[in-house]
Amino acid sequence: MTLFQIILLIFLVICAVSVSFSKNLVRSIMEFMAFSLIMSIIWLTLESPDLGITEAAVGAGVTSILFFVTLKKIHAIREGNKNEEADK
Amino acid sequence: MKKLTNKLLNWLNAEDTSVFDNAMELKMQEPKEEKEETVEQRMRDRLHIKDEVYSESETKEVKVLRIIYRTLAIILCAFIAYNLLIAVSWLPRTGEFDKPVNNEVSARYIEKGLQETGAVNIVTGMILDYRAFDTFGESNVLNIATITVLILLRRNKKKLPNEIEEKENDRLLEPKNDVILQKAATFLVPAIFLFGIYVILNGHLSPGGGFSGGAIIGAGLILYVSAFGFEKTEKFFTEKTQKVISLSALLFYCLAKSYSFFTGANELESHIPLGKAGAILSSGLILPLNICVGLVVAVTMYTFYCMFRKGEF
Amino acid sequence: MGPNLWANFGEAVSMILFCIGFANLLLHKNLIKKIIGLNIMDSSIYLFLALKGYIAGHTVPIVVDGVQSVDAYINPIPSGLVLTGIVVSVSVTALMLSLTIRLYRRYQTLDLDEISKRLKKEGL
Repeated sequence: MTLFQIILLIFLVICAVSVSFSKNLVRSIMEFMAFSLIMSIIWLTLESPDLGITEAAVGAGVTSILFFVTLKKIHAIREGNKNEEADK
Repeated sequence: MKKLTNKLLNWLNAEDTSVFDNAMELKMQEPKEEKEETVEQRMRDRLHIKDEVYSESETKEVKVLRIIYRTLAIILCAFIAYNLLIAVSWLPRTGEFDKPVNNEVSARYIEKGLQETGAVNIVTGMILDYRAFDTFGESNVLNIATITVLILLRRNKKKLPNEIEEKENDRLLEPKNDVILQKAATFLVPAIFLFGIYVILNGHLSPGGGFSGGAIIGAGLILYVSAFGFEKTEKFFTEKTQKVISLSALLFYCLAKSYSFFTGANELESHIPLGKAGAILSSGLILPLNICVGLVVAVTMYTFYCMFRKGEF
Repeated sequence: MGPNLWANFGEAVSMILFCIGFANLLLHKNLIKKIIGLNIMDSSIYLFLALKGYIAGHTVPIVVDGVQSVDAYINPIPSGLVLTGIVVSVSVTALMLSLTIRLYRRYQTLDLDEISKRLKKEGL
């Protein structure tokens, strides 16, 4: 395991922990998007480029967009950065 | 004497009903009149009792239970993590060569993959030739997920009694001709489509394949819908298009690849031409199957987005 | 503790991520955070599977220059299994999110405790 891979894996753990500790729903979905993007780079260092392309297109693309559209449908995004449904 | 015994027997058996004549009166009862206030008071009492029983913020037991639940959950997760880490530490090292995972199956795929499937990319040749049944099942899973989301989120013509009205109807709020987005989309969307088609067609020569290319085309369609509105896409993509494309792609996959059940059981040779390795039109059936899988994935991604935004096509 | 804990760093991180996702699922009350926790659990298992096929020093399994010996490429089988898994995970997420939207329309809240209380009051 090279040093680069070790740093990326530690970054994955930091992303996952910060998703559960953030109170804003929009911010936790952004962190989930970052998690998916780092995962896509890790697939590339593990010598499987098929997985890298698919994870980048699907994880950081379609899944996060579906989360945002859900948030809009439940009226959890307000103008002026106020959130109503962000209970822990 | 007989009269006396009859009387005794009657009294014993309690069959003599003449005892009760003129002793009790049976009157017709009047219906009980309730005032409205008592009825309302009773309803309010009932609701109040229900609130008391199921209320959470006032009872002490619920608070204690919540604390116990949280500590037990954390202890359980730590315990599971400890056990799994012990199990991981006894596994063979990552990156070694002679592990039980690298057995004769992968040796066969690597050494004879190019001759038997004709695909330069070993992974694509594996999932579309040696293990084509799993890919077929996975496309079916995508189709079933689309059908389920259609059932759940389709807009209802009549209103159910308990749901709120969607005051912010997505159709009415949607126009907002954003100039920046439209100018960017006129450059990006053709490039994304071209890249997606390239990735699908070159699935057997370079990294990529049906899944990746289909996801890229789906993302391109989502960008087009967001920039230009729903009316422009309804000209070429309605509900019928989705049904026709996914059903025909799955049927083609099933019918085209079923020959291998027959030839494998009877140890025959399938005479599909494999072509020259490295050319696009090579490797037998892998190119049409890639296109089928890519179409199903792209249509699925676009359907999810449309159902979430609008509720109908 | 066995001898290979630091050599199997990737697998250890995958197990820690699994438990973080599981704790997310148990401890939060908001439904959206539970769905994110399930997704994190999915991704950690895919990481574990793909690490099983990695061989140090070998390269991507695409035939180059006619070299076809087992000594030159990584194991291609776990890569194919994870490819299917990633696409199935997105459809499961879409299904869960559509169920959340229907629940919100019916009960106007996303808090799981509130929803179970109201279900009990209605007698279900």
